Amino acid sequence: MALINSRTSNKPPASISQRARETSPHTLGQNSTQRVMALVIMATVPALVAQTIFFGWGTLINVIWCSLIAMGCEALVMTLRKRPVSFYLKDYSALVTGLLLGLALPPFAPFWISLVAVSFAMIIAKHLYGGLGQNPFNPAMVGYVLVLISFPQEMTSWLPPLGVEGYNNSLSDALFTIFPFGQGIEVDAISTATVLDVMRENKSLTMDELWAANPVFDGFAGRGWMWVNLAYLAGGVFLIWRKVFTWHAPVGMLAAIAVMAFLFWGGTGSDSHGSPVFHLLSGATMLGAFFIITDPVSGATSNRGRLIFGAGVGIMVYVIRAWGGYPDGVAFATLLMNMAAPTIDYYTQPRTYGHNKANKGLPGKD
Amino acid sequence: MNAVFNKTSNGIETTADVIASSERKIWPLVGGVHPEENKHQSTGRPIGFPPIPAQLVLPLSQHAGAPAEPLVSVGDSVLKGQMIARANGFVSAPIHAPTSGTVIAIENRRIPHVSGFSDLCVVLESDGDDRWCELTTVADYHALSPEDLVNKVRNAGISGLGGAGFPTAIKLAPSSPINTLILNGTECEPYITADDMLMRERAAAVIEGAEILLYMIGATECLIGIEDNKPEAITAMQQAAAGKNIHIVVFPTVYPSGGEKQLIQILTGQEVPSGKLPADLGIVVQNVGTAVAVKEAVLDGKPLISRITTLTGDALSAPQNVEALIGTPAADLLRHAELNDAQLSTLVFGGPMMGFGVDSLDIPVIKTTNCLIAGTHEEFPSAPDAQACIRCGHCAEACPSSLLPQQLYWHAKAENHEQLMHHNLFDCIECGACAFVCPSSIPLVQYYRASKGAIRTQEAKHAKAERSKVRYESRLARLEQDKAEKEAKRKANAERAAKLKATKATDQPADSKGEEDPIQAAIARAKARKAATAQRANNATSTLTTAKAELTSLQKELKIQLSMAKAQVKKTERALAAAESSGTGDTDQLTSNLAMLNEQVGKLQKEFDQSSLPNAQPEKPEKAVKPALSDDEKKRKVELAMAKAALKKAERALAAALEHDNETTESLQQAVAECQSKVNALAAIPEAQPEAQPEPKNDTGHPVAKKPKPVLSDAAKKLKIEVAMANAAVKKLQRAMANAGDDEQAELQQKLADAEQKAADAKQKLDAL
Amino acid sequence: MEIVFYAIGALLTLALIFGAILGFASIRFKVEGNPIVDQINEILPQTQCGQCGYPGCRPYAEAIANGDAINKCPPGGQATVNTLADLLDVEAEPLDAEDGAEPITKVAFIREDECIGCTKCIQACPVDAILGAAKQMHTVIVDECTGCDLCVEPCPVDCIDMLPVAVTTRTWSWELPNPNSSLIATDRRGQTA
Repeated sequence: MALINSRTSNKPPASISQRARETSPHTLGQNSTQRVMALVIMATVPALVAQTIFFGWGTLINVIWCSLIAMGCEALVMTLRKRPVSFYLKDYSALVTGLLLGLALPPFAPFWISLVAVSFAMIIAKHLYGGLGQNPFNPAMVGYVLVLISFPQEMTSWLPPLGVEGYNNSLSDALFTIFPFGQGIEVDAISTATVLDVMRENKSLTMDELWAANPVFDGFAGRGWMWVNLAYLAGGVFLIWRKVFTWHAPVGMLAAIAVMAFLFWGGTGSDSHGSPVFHLLSGATMLGAFFIITDPVSGATSNRGRLIFGAGVGIMVYVIRAWGGYPDGVAFATLLMNMAAPTIDYYTQPRTYGHNKANKGLPGKD
Repeated sequence: MNAVFNKTSNGIETTADVIASSERKIWPLVGGVHPEENKHQSTGRPIGFPPIPAQLVLPLSQHAGAPAEPLVSVGDSVLKGQMIARANGFVSAPIHAPTSGTVIAIENRRIPHVSGFSDLCVVLESDGDDRWCELTTVADYHALSPEDLVNKVRNAGISGLGGAGFPTAIKLAPSSPINTLILNGTECEPYITADDMLMRERAAAVIEGAEILLYMIGATECLIGIEDNKPEAITAMQQAAAGKNIHIVVFPTVYPSGGEKQLIQILTGQEVPSGKLPADLGIVVQNVGTAVAVKEAVLDGKPLISRITTLTGDALSAPQNVEALIGTPAADLLRHAELNDAQLSTLVFGGPMMGFGVDSLDIPVIKTTNCLIAGTHEEFPSAPDAQACIRCGHCAEACPSSLLPQQLYWHAKAENHEQLMHHNLFDCIECGACAFVCPSSIPLVQYYRASKGAIRTQEAKHAKAERSKVRYESRLARLEQDKAEKEAKRKANAERAAKLKATKATDQPADSKGEEDPIQAAIARAKARKAATAQRANNATSTLTTAKAELTSLQKELKIQLSMAKAQVKKTERALAAAESSGTGDTDQLTSNLAMLNEQVGKLQKEFDQSSLPNAQPEKPEKAVKPALSDDEKKRKVELAMAKAALKKAERALAAALEHDNETTESLQQAVAECQSKVNALAAIPEAQPEAQPEPKNDTGHPVAKKPKPVLSDAAKKLKIEVAMANAAVKKLQRAMANAGDDEQAELQQKLADAEQKAADAKQKLDAL
Repeated sequence: MEIVFYAIGALLTLALIFGAILGFASIRFKVEGNPIVDQINEILPQTQCGQCGYPGCRPYAEAIANGDAINKCPPGGQATVNTLADLLDVEAEPLDAEDGAEPITKVAFIREDECIGCTKCIQACPVDAILGAAKQMHTVIVDECTGCDLCVEPCPVDCIDMLPVAVTTRTWSWELPNPNSSLIATDRRGQTA
């Protein structure tokens, strides 16, 4: 490009000619993808602790196992694509995907469930679409949905939480149930329905009766679930405070769930769908709101778009919970809204400085 | 406002006073970033005055618009302040000598431009006297009309000192009425403190400049916008502006509030509509430095020959602001600021956010250079490798224009120009806030700049295509019209001829005379001309000048023939190369042709050399022969050219045949070979002719020798035409054969043979002559 | 049986009505000329160079509209092929040029001391971008030259050069960033394509 032709008297140090072709700005902020991902990982710690306390060691083992698979898959794909493996592993995005899947799977899910879910998420849902930044669907949720549909029995086998009979906090039991190298436990024998399951199946009992009759109910929501959700909430608030993401998507989702739950509450009778607070603190609500739908890659781009995106997920989560075929719907709702994200983006462009109104839709059609 | 203010200020003592005195409402910037300011390093020392450099390099293009046109030439001595290049067009600015000295070169030198290219510069060697030219001072500018003042500004070569370098005079003579003057003292970029120090030390001059500007543009209100990180400057300016209709407006520090559009938004809440100018809102924005330059130009008559430039960066031991003469090489200034060579890793012209790196210390400071940063490696580490965009949206939050940088990035990468336009790429001010916050270290600004360049190029191309289309169509229309006119003329002539015939029929005797007349007259005229030529040729022996004229024309003709022959050689060579590379075509034939042509060229060259030889000794009578000789040569050349044309055409026919139909090629090739041999024979004639004919002429040395030739050439001409026609017939037939089916082949072959026979006969006759 | 006639009658009536509507529409909304030819012509670079085998851009546009290949325009380069493919909704073929390289913008330059003033190039220039008269030196109007090459062949003394247009500080622009240096070559192809 530029030729250095006449340099007479002042010989500059060699480096200034190397650096001269760099574009401005010449100074960059301290933010980095690694930092963002590391903060996300840090923010899951309270929930990880809570889930381990309430549902046994299985959660922790799953998280570690899933993370290892995710890193392995990333390294494998990068090797196959002949790219520097460490450069891509260092952005921690694979770790986050594995971690979130580990948290989402049932604590005593056998090792191959995690293997299928994580490798599908990493290889098919992420890298076959072009890798980080190119995937239209949230990889963790794609993996989760795959195993949810393929292995419904294993995926709905949650062990009783702390305080309910059958609670298991034995490390070796957890380890050998997940990895069948030793004497594990018969998950089928002791697994219980989750609160959302019970709520969905309930046809006869009033709310008070339900809470009294079933030990998995406690406080506002499920036993254990409430604390796990609150832990996710704390992590999410931490991330908003550290400006990792904006409040728009989580608030949109939570508000939509609350509004839907309020509108279709149905009181405390036997045809009730559960109170707004119950829905906010049950299942994967908070995990979804702060750790799943805030994935910037597969979500909407602008703040207004994120609000709409979050609200869409919230509405659909409630629809699936109240009238759908699955007890929880965060994964399905996220994937459905992922599909809508480009359209949302097209219609929520901000108004540019000096323009009277924002551009909408596709080019050439405004 | 207080709340906003306190949140962003970093504990400056005078903040409270500042707030108290500035009561105007402000509209906070959308987006923006807070890079490390790094301004304190260069504010510790007062504005310095570096020694006059030995050499000044003054680029002719220091401003936006057309480059200036030099008024001096190499060797001229100039005085300080003398105009050395004048504005070239409306959007342009003159350039003045920053000190007295001698112009030692006007040549391409490295200029401070982001491309790193060289451009035309006037190089001035200073004599050290620093002698001013005569300056016209103005005591009371109110006595002059605003137009006169604008002219003064224009002639002083003032262009925006903030960075863009738009000629100031144009901004001061806008088409729409102006009610607000905004002086930009924001200086939001890190490191730069030139405006800060200027306002601290020369606040009175800034205010004076502001008043002159107000008078010039007829504005009623003047706002001076300053960020709250410059408390000393704010105090100084407030004191200087006390009691005047000038408001110092202080607002929170955030990058890039100093952008023209951003500043207007912060101070007035208005947005400059996309594609329009601030003047359309009744606003003119000038840099505070420009205001001082205007004051000096108007009151003191001083042109813009120096500016305040910040010298900073960790590689300098004495970072400071200096009043640098325009054209001072960076090296001189950096030495003044005690450059530590070993530590220098990056040299940036401008600020770290929007400036550009340069690779030479010889590059001079120009009117727009507000800062030189000599950075160390620790200070400006190389940008890390870009990672994938995760669409985090931090860039969108930082963008002061409310664009979607991540979307622009995707579309720029895909070179989807339509989408880029849809996302308002051209509203991007390239401030770099998006790239600054990008966690994946993507060089976003470069994507936008490259895309803007590509779109501009494409638009220019499209505009040119449009113009070409119009020109092409008008040309077609013109040709059409010419044809129609010719047709009409031909018709008219035919009619006239018919009428003439009709009259001839009725009036035979009178007409026969009239019919013969024009031809006779023409012959007579031709004879007269020839006689005159002969006469002149005769005279040539006595008159030196006439001979020379004749000779030069002859030489010219020879030269033309020579270059034509050379071109032919070149073309044949090319054809040969193509034939060789493709493996098709008759390479042997081409090679022989080439040899023949080369021979001809050699001969022509010799003739040309000969013809130019007597030129050196014009006394010799042999020259008189030359015109006659040239006539002869001309004819020969015509023959040669015809022969060559035939050769070329035959080759082309063969090529076409080869391409179209493989079965007929054999017969065609044969036909072409025959044709070729004929052509060769034809080409052989001129070789014989010149040898045979020049002899009598050379012997006699008289123009009398010309007489038999016209007769000969007439006959030859006819024959040659016959040969050419025969050749054309052969060629036509060959073409027909190429296209014809098998059944027609025989018939065509017969015809071809006939035509060839005819051509051969004609050629024989010609040979006989 | 009767119902068959009803059916036929109904269909005939419908046919008549729709025929009338179509007929009306074809007159009412008639489009003069062939708009697709204009659109194609708009995309072509208007060098009028004839490298496509047609005597100018418009004839080629007409040929494309009639189904000729879209990749015969070397001056337009791959970009033009892609735009045409977009417009016509066909597959973008690779450019049909000798070396397949992207075109460099060139302008004709006449070496003026060699020019013999034959006006042959003036006659060849499709956009009237050469100035001159018989026996007078000719020169090229650089801004109007499309770089079509057509003047080079007719010149009897070969004094016309096609010079690439030089980049100046005014026409220079940044290029898209190079892919990371740490990435390997197979990647680079993907990113620059």
